[in-house]
Amino acid sequence: MLAAIGVMVGIAVVIGVVLGWSAVRLKVEGNPLVDKIDAILPQTQCGQCGYPGCRPYAEAIAKGEADINQCPPGGEEGVKKLAELLGVEPKPLDASHGQPKPKSVAVIDENLCIGCTLCIQACPVDAIVGAAKQMHTVIAEECTGCELCVPVCPVDCIHMVPIREDLPHWKWKYPRIALKEVA
Amino acid sequence: MSRELFRFHGGVHPPEHKAESNSRPVHPAPLPHRLVIPVRQHIGNPAKPIVAVGERVLKGQMIAAPDGVISTAVHASSSGTVTAIDMQPVPHPSGLPDLCITIDTDGRDEWIARTPLDYRAMPPEALRQAVRDMGIAGLGGAVFPSAVKLDPGPQRVIPTLILNGCECEPWITCDDRLMRDRADEILQGVTVMRHLLGSSEILVGIEDNKPEAIAAMQAAAGRLDFAVEVVAVPTIYPGGGAKQLITTLTGKEVPSGKLSTDIGIQVFNVGTAYALARAVFHGEPLLARLVTVTGHVLRPQNFEALIGTPMQELVQLAGERDGMTGLIMGGPMMGQPMPRPDVPVVKATNCILVKSDELFPPLPPPLPCIRCTRCADVCPADLQPQDLYRFARAQDFGRAQEYHLFDCIECGCCNYVCPSHIPLVDFYRYAKSEIWAREKEKKAADLARQRHEFRLMRLEREKREKAEKLAAKAQAKREELTAAAAAGDPEAEAKKALIAAAIERARARKAEVTPKNTDAVPPAVQREIDEIEARRAKILAQARKPLESEKET
Repeated sequence: MLAAIGVMVGIAVVIGVVLGWSAVRLKVEGNPLVDKIDAILPQTQCGQCGYPGCRPYAEAIAKGEADINQCPPGGEEGVKKLAELLGVEPKPLDASHGQPKPKSVAVIDENLCIGCTLCIQACPVDAIVGAAKQMHTVIAEECTGCELCVPVCPVDCIHMVPIREDLPHWKWKYPRIALKEVA
Repeated sequence: MSRELFRFHGGVHPPEHKAESNSRPVHPAPLPHRLVIPVRQHIGNPAKPIVAVGERVLKGQMIAAPDGVISTAVHASSSGTVTAIDMQPVPHPSGLPDLCITIDTDGRDEWIARTPLDYRAMPPEALRQAVRDMGIAGLGGAVFPSAVKLDPGPQRVIPTLILNGCECEPWITCDDRLMRDRADEILQGVTVMRHLLGSSEILVGIEDNKPEAIAAMQAAAGRLDFAVEVVAVPTIYPGGGAKQLITTLTGKEVPSGKLSTDIGIQVFNVGTAYALARAVFHGEPLLARLVTVTGHVLRPQNFEALIGTPMQELVQLAGERDGMTGLIMGGPMMGQPMPRPDVPVVKATNCILVKSDELFPPLPPPLPCIRCTRCADVCPADLQPQDLYRFARAQDFGRAQEYHLFDCIECGCCNYVCPSHIPLVDFYRYAKSEIWAREKEKKAADLARQRHEFRLMRLEREKREKAEKLAAKAQAKREELTAAAAAGDPEAEAKKALIAAAIERARARKAEVTPKNTDAVPPAVQREIDEIEARRAKILAQARKPLESEKET
């Protein structure tokens, strides 16, 4: 009896030491789940989810503080992917955080711009160049279409222009098959 | 012909329809009044326009310069005036417009100064640059810039050079006519290719349904001072696909995701070799090409047409007939429907196939896939088309990629044999372009993430730097003061006194600016104030009293 207890305690101690050691030595920095969620988010950095950027939202989802349906730029597809990753049921987008819109870029009306630099400070990805009292302009390739620069402009010279389909961005459409000819 | 030939997997043998157009000699198409020349005619970056509206250009003058490594130049096909540089309809199945340079021709067809290149004396890099500036791109249909393909890369040498004269697609005969009529010049182009690639084995693959072309090429090869083996290959569609031709001739298979150059083989179309010969030995950029106009026309034949000629004009030359239902650029298997008949001939236009209900009856509506795997039997890339179809239809792109969707060459064999008439290739194209779009989006998202993180880091750094600077300044001031006090410096004492005086002054000024107009006002002013207050009270009382009319109701 005593020997049995001794063996069990011994095993427990050995396993405890190994686990304790590996917990210290093999510690994973940061939460890998946050990285996985962050990789799915569209990186618009628009803050429509209620968090100051995509990564804070990813952290909130990982902690269970935020729901998966608060990202309008990610759309239904983003929700589906998050649901798949987290093993939960997908749900429709939460309309209180906004509706998905066609992808757009900000365009500054250069005749109206007064060079106040407010939009430069608002841009989360540093996609606006300019200096105080100098005209500003948007680097279209780097603009995520977050719209954060629009409300801060004191002269309303920034507009969101939807990206029009052109040849390099054209996609083959899903083949539509008419199963029955409708007379 | 002792060469052992190999058989690639699958393939079909659709009706050839070559005899319609290959018996008439090549007819030079007349100079059109207006040329519309797209700047995006090749794979890679579109060329950048270097002329202005209103400028007079000469035949062969570069009007758009190559942009980046994978790009090539675009030239004026005839002399005239540039009348527009804008978006015009182009031969693309989407029907979307693209940037084009429009030239109104003056009919004089006046050339620029043409200087043949002394290719043996030139350094290879300069020669490739010249080929790029001559606008040479693969004329077999893929229009990949040839200068890139003529670079042997770090291997320094490509042992096997294959010239593709198979022309396996039905109806098309432009390569057949080119080989019959201009075999010597094609092989001149091969000498340049051989010079750049250092190839020791040169093979010309021609399908055995073109005996005249084989004979002409063999005769021309006999006149050369190096060995060129002209090989008749069996007529099986798509035997002219680069990978399929490599297998047929060498027995080697290009591994999935690799290039033929990785196994020491480079393949060029015969038309490309001809264009290269014109460029190097005559100083002529790529301005014209042979175009087969066939199908529902009176006189199916080959034209030598300038790049930028409206397709409709060629169809009229070949004899337009009633009942035309549209144009296909390319052949019936891989060709793409044209959005409208007036789009221009481009470098990729090997054939204009005029459709009619008689020749190409509309397909019956597709039925569900019964998984008969006939498509898998004929797939020359050895794929499982029925599974790819299932995944593409379900938008399960990950699985489609696992099943090697990107090895599909879109040859259309599966469409051809499908008993349910499912447009399989349309599904593969859809899946491929969705995957590409997603990859692009992913790249953009990664860039945005990187830029956002950098911005956060920058803001943090700026805040820290500012705080450090302020702290350092305050520290310096404090040190200075304490040092001065410790030393009992009279100068410091005087400074302290000055500071004290300044503080006192500031206090005094503050007291001064507090308004003093409410107390100790003269009686006259006080009376006025009282009057105003009384008037105000009266108005307020009136405003609060309900109106007479309101009282009654």
